Amino acid sequence: MSALIENLDPLLRALGTTVLILVVSAVGSLVLGVLVTVARVSPIPVLRGAAFAYVQVFVNIPLLALLLLFVFALPDAGLLMPLTTTVIVVLVVYEAAYVAEAVRSGINTVAAGQVEAARALGLRLSQTLRFVVVPQAVRAVVQPLGNVMIALLMNTALAATVGVVELTSAVNKVNLVAAQPIPIFTAAGLTYMALALAIGLAAGRIEKKVAIHR
Amino acid sequence: MSTPMVSMRGVEKHFGDLHVLRSIDLDVAPREVVVVIGPSGSGKSTLCRTINRLEPIDAGEIRVDGELLPVEGPQLAQLRADVGMVFQSFNLFGHLSVLDNVMLAPLKVRKVARATARDEAMALLERVGIADKADRVPAQLSGGQQQRAAIARSLAMHPKLMLFDEPTSALDPEMVNEVLEVMASLAADGMTMVVVTHEMGFARRAADRVVFMDAGSIVEEAPPAEFFDATRSERARSFLSNVLAH
Ligand SMILES: Nc1ncnc2c1ncn2[C@@H]1O[C@H](COP(=O)(O)OP(=O)(O)O)[C@@H](O)[C@H]1O
Ligand SMILES: [Mg+2]
Repeated sequence: MSALIENLDPLLRALGTTVLILVVSAVGSLVLGVLVTVARVSPIPVLRGAAFAYVQVFVNIPLLALLLLFVFALPDAGLLMPLTTTVIVVLVVYEAAYVAEAVRSGINTVAAGQVEAARALGLRLSQTLRFVVVPQAVRAVVQPLGNVMIALLMNTALAATVGVVELTSAVNKVNLVAAQPIPIFTAAGLTYMALALAIGLAAGRIEKKVAIHR
Repeated sequence: MSTPMVSMRGVEKHFGDLHVLRSIDLDVAPREVVVVIGPSGSGKSTLCRTINRLEPIDAGEIRVDGELLPVEGPQLAQLRADVGMVFQSFNLFGHLSVLDNVMLAPLKVRKVARATARDEAMALLERVGIADKADRVPAQLSGGQQQRAAIARSLAMHPKLMLFDEPTSALDPEMVNEVLEVMASLAADGMTMVVVTHEMGFARRAADRVVFMDAGSIVEEAPPAEFFDATRSERARSFLSNVLAH
């Protein structure tokens, strides 16, 4: 325990980095994922194809490979970014594919007849999505998106492999000096659990809010 | 003679290898009620859905009120706003109250003021007899009530033409009449209507003309009295004897 207390300051800072990566990547991947989904259901074949390819590519590449590619290949290509930024970009690009999958399956739960009725009334595609499809898809999508966000939280730990000092990397360092693996890694694990729990609870609350009241 | 409300010329439609509409020629005059009947799979729904281009066609042309159907886009959306459509499965928006279902398109497409849209929607719900259900969501209504709400939703756009695709086929028998009555009153008020249905009583009572389809073609068309009492084609005769036997 003493090792934790002595190193509280750097550990808290590292936790801050983890939360920062988590929050920024979450927002970014949600926005990008929704855009990819819109492209995927659009009537324009090129957009649909591109969105489909996007999802296929990133769902089938291991995150670690993507991370290493960005961290080592991009500077070679003359694109220099701070490490943390690179990690966030990679997480956004990668998780957006999973967000897009979750949102698309939510949209698929909305019956085709709903879309036809909206079109028959003269609503344009954007209005049909906004007023008819999205409000109904949201209900089916909140929990799966919560799970994607929890996976994102776990994936932030991969930042340690490329030298970003976030929670996993920091506890690793503390343990190297203090050699108290059980309390140190238990504390780290509990912290991740608490964060995951917070995401799950938030998803539950949002789901209740958007439910149709009968 | 005035411009037909609907004019179909040489319309062809395939689903893959299946030839679903074969050189269809059909005019519907303003205020006319045309009932389309025929065996299942003969292309009635497809015909109905080509008129507001929910199904695009392969060849031929379709005009609504003299205007050639535009390709998918804002202009087509505008045309669809003027053409009401009632589906077999109602397709009310599940997340909205009945009142909001009726108000949505007037608000978003016609940009009507909210208070006006609300008053009109309530008047329409009154007209179809479900004003007391205005605040319910569709799942809380019976099938007959849902279909009447769907008709009110279409009427809220002041359509110049209404398409009905088997509006009573998904209903329990005791609810069929409440929907047919609303439709008959629309017909009596002069609404131009294309109605796909198996309700021969409604066809006799409300139709100006009956169109009989088989295997993608229009086989016979005549005013209801003539069609039912002096059926010309063998195919229509055997269809009718099958239907009336039930
Ligand atoms: N979207 C579709 N894709 C492929 N085949 C279809 C589609 N819609 C209808 N069909 C087929 O076209 C034929 C005509 O269908 P439809 O117009 O629904 O007939 P009806 O309404 O007279 O029963 C049927 O054989 C049906 O299976
Ligand atoms: Mg049909």
